[in-house]
Amino acid sequence: MINSSSDNVKKLNSINRRMFITGSVKFFIMIGLISRLFFLQVKENKKYLTLSDKNRIREWKLAPVRGEFHDYFGNVIAGNFEAYQLHIIPEQVEDFRYVIYRIKDLLELSDKEFKRIIKKKNEIKSWETLIVSDNLSWKKFSKINNHLYDLNGVKPVISISRNYPFGSNFTHVIGYVSQANEQDIENNEVIKKNFVPGLKIGKVGLEKSFEKQLIGSNDIERYEVNAYGRRISQLEFQKGEKGKSLRLTVDTKVQQLSNELLKDQAGSICVMDIYTGEVIAMHSSPSFDPNLFVFGISQDDWQIIRNDPMKPLVNKTLQGNYSPGSTIKPIVALSALENGIINTNFTVNCRGHKHPLELYGQTYHCWKKEGHGFVNLRNAMKQSCDNYFYEIARKLGVDRLSETAKKFGLGKEVFGNLFNIEKKGLIPNTQWKKNALGQSWVLGETVITGIGQGYIQTTPIQLCLMTAQIANGGYKIYPKIVIDDENKVSPIDKFTPLYKNSKNIKIVQDAMFASTNEVRGTSYKSRIDDPKYQFAGKTGTAQVKKITERDRELDLKTFQIPYEERDHALYIAYGPYKNPRYAVSILVEHGGNGSTTAAPMAKKLFKTIIDRHQLRESINNKKYLDI
Amino acid sequence: MYQHNRFTTNNFNFFSKLANFDYVLMACILLLGVISLATMYSTDGGKILFHTKSHFTKLIVFTIMMLIFSFINIKFWYSIGYFFYIIIIGLLIWTYLFGIKSSGSQRWIDLYFINLQPSELMKICIILCLAKYFHRMKLENVNSLYAILSSLIIILLPMGLVIVQPDLGTSLLISISGLAVLWFAGINHKYFIYTMIGFLISLPFIISFLKPYQKLRVLTFLNPDRDPLGAGYQIIQSKIAVGSGGIFGKGFLKGTQSYLEFLPEKHTDFIFTLFSEEFGFIGSVFLLLIYAIIIYRIVAIGAQSRSYFAKLFCYSFAASIFVYITINMSMVLGLLPIVGSPLPIMSYGGSSMLATMIGFGIVMSAKVHNQQSIA
Repeated sequence: MINSSSDNVKKLNSINRRMFITGSVKFFIMIGLISRLFFLQVKENKKYLTLSDKNRIREWKLAPVRGEFHDYFGNVIAGNFEAYQLHIIPEQVEDFRYVIYRIKDLLELSDKEFKRIIKKKNEIKSWETLIVSDNLSWKKFSKINNHLYDLNGVKPVISISRNYPFGSNFTHVIGYVSQANEQDIENNEVIKKNFVPGLKIGKVGLEKSFEKQLIGSNDIERYEVNAYGRRISQLEFQKGEKGKSLRLTVDTKVQQLSNELLKDQAGSICVMDIYTGEVIAMHSSPSFDPNLFVFGISQDDWQIIRNDPMKPLVNKTLQGNYSPGSTIKPIVALSALENGIINTNFTVNCRGHKHPLELYGQTYHCWKKEGHGFVNLRNAMKQSCDNYFYEIARKLGVDRLSETAKKFGLGKEVFGNLFNIEKKGLIPNTQWKKNALGQSWVLGETVITGIGQGYIQTTPIQLCLMTAQIANGGYKIYPKIVIDDENKVSPIDKFTPLYKNSKNIKIVQDAMFASTNEVRGTSYKSRIDDPKYQFAGKTGTAQVKKITERDRELDLKTFQIPYEERDHALYIAYGPYKNPRYAVSILVEHGGNGSTTAAPMAKKLFKTIIDRHQLRESINNKKYLDI
Repeated sequence: MYQHNRFTTNNFNFFSKLANFDYVLMACILLLGVISLATMYSTDGGKILFHTKSHFTKLIVFTIMMLIFSFINIKFWYSIGYFFYIIIIGLLIWTYLFGIKSSGSQRWIDLYFINLQPSELMKICIILCLAKYFHRMKLENVNSLYAILSSLIIILLPMGLVIVQPDLGTSLLISISGLAVLWFAGINHKYFIYTMIGFLISLPFIISFLKPYQKLRVLTFLNPDRDPLGAGYQIIQSKIAVGSGGIFGKGFLKGTQSYLEFLPEKHTDFIFTLFSEEFGFIGSVFLLLIYAIIIYRIVAIGAQSRSYFAKLFCYSFAASIFVYITINMSMVLGLLPIVGSPLPIMSYGGSSMLATMIGFGIVMSAKVHNQQSIA
């Protein structure tokens, strides 16, 4: 018993000693756990709080509201409208099959569309939105609304979308919007930042050039989501900003008239303010309806536009490189005067087709079979005598001619980099030919350059700028189409004289006046006698194809020639003559003759433009009154 | 003699037993129960759903059971030590042969009204068995080869049966419980040190024998970011939950990590994460404090106990509880690789709670009968 109790004592000593060791170890481990907790929850709290928020909060961006385009008078030419859409969240629908077939009946969906919707439904998660229709007519939309009692989980939604109220009128100025594709997102930082599925962005024209200002910023919805990405609750709604609206210099009435004038014809009309460089109208025909592109163009519509032989997709005003034909003659004359080659008394005898100008075996004919006889500068311009201009071009040389032409805005982009599609045209000189073609310049090429044929190519907008700068007395202007373009720095050389002697400009202006307003002038038939509307111009007929001897003998009328071989008809003009303000350039592709096709359009144009001048001025004055 | 008489007569007095009851321990256990219920309510998303109801029922039943156990003489617990062990070994064999298979392991047996996990019961049973074994042994015999070998067999037998389920976590916890008894029984501390060194040296070899998913857990522990959405997901999300709790927590029922289902196994092994996210550093320390008081009370009861068996049991049980808590918390705090180990009372799971409550019952019985000596 004593033995056992002494053993007990030893055992108790042992166990108590070990309990003490264990207790201390426990204490330190406990301290360790608490410090770990302290580290995670107090010291690193911020880091984990951020991570937790990252876990639970997800942002949904909504498409931003795009800025509008207004014309000079504040009319909306590219606006937003409320598109009626139909959304379904599949998980909120009890019987999806029933509902979708019901919708198919109500909306009269084709089998193809129906299949596309079903396919889309299978691609998305059940709590994501399925867009059944993105642009319903009001009739169908109200029909759906009437049947809503039967369509659980179907949501009629009103969303904001692009709308072009004037249809095809402004297509080649402002372009159009359509869904952004991967390339757009990659190439444009702003689009990338604001991208949401279904975002519409500018594809061409000003819509594209001013994407940055127009796009606006997204509405942002912050939702709490669970581990599977399902929205639990909305935490915040951050209203985005509407894109900046842009006011253009364009006058809708004039633009509409341009559309009418070129109806069913391919061509271009530009109207420009000769002092401010404001583009009043800029139209390329045929045009197409930009509204077709907003929700994605259908294959049929696309094929129609694409396969149109008149090429509606080409912006002829900016992209069309055409031989200027006789419309270059004012510049040739000016250049000759400036360089002292000729004076107003210099005469050339034009003896008709029987006695053409001959150079190294090549013959150069005047357009008039019978010839013009002895012509001086004024008469040559008035009747557009080719022989006269062959002669002065030969004397002048292409290098001096190209210098003057370039000074007046030919051979380079009129709008700088505003439109990325704009073409430069081509003002050839000896150097250019050597570099580009590796050949020496030939005198004959100088001669035909004098009547705007050969290598020389200009765009209609360049011709318009050229005319404007002649009309304003020979001062440099910078054309613009967007008012308050914040990207544009006002150039320092604005209104610098482009002439050596202002008298020379006067001479050319007078010759152009004669061309329109005096008997035997090429556009005499299109003149307006009322000094309020009186304008001065120059016709042009640009050959598409070299005229052979056979053609000359046949002397066919325009309608007898196949369309593709007909000449382009051109006309440049400015008015009112006494106190000029506006310049016009007209081009009708394969229109035949400048004086019969293009010049009459100018007559109608000037009537409208000048009638609206007062109104335009009053808008400008009002600006000051408002302050 | 007088004293002796007094205690023998008091043995059968219900009210004096009640007076001897450890109310601090009881209060702590009940408090823990309430906290665990609240947490379970939160895991159910602030509604009384299956987990809350089931946890509540178990808590009530097992607490009553614990109370009953505490009035049973400690002598009884001593006497059934081996028997209980053999029963559980039997159940483990039964599990191995006829257990319910679920998600790649076979840990459960179907008792018709309840599914039981015998490995959990083994955690408490092994302490009982070894405490009985060493109670009778003289101190000089404790370090004999025979004693060490037989106690190792007692530990290794259930360990092996649990490992084949496979359930590495529980088998480790069983062995730790067993080793705790060995430690308190007075086995030479050199053996523990040698075993530890041997274990560390053979660790690479052990790892090479692990199953692929277990290896992955070890690798994930070493670098959770290697696969943040796969194997590392649990530990990363768990740390985010705890860390984002801050000092005061996000508030009851406002734990976003758990509420939004970013937390895995939030009912069971990761329950502390949810608690910690909602109640923050203060709440977590408070919870640890309750556990510390419980452990302290168990140790104190052991110290007051007259019988060596009771002492050995209480100390070992306290040590085991402490190890369970430490392993579970270290796991969710990213200090240890993920091994399945529940947090006593807090975690959802009947068998685990049953085992813990049996342990508490025996400890309470030791307190009530603290003057009882066992021959």
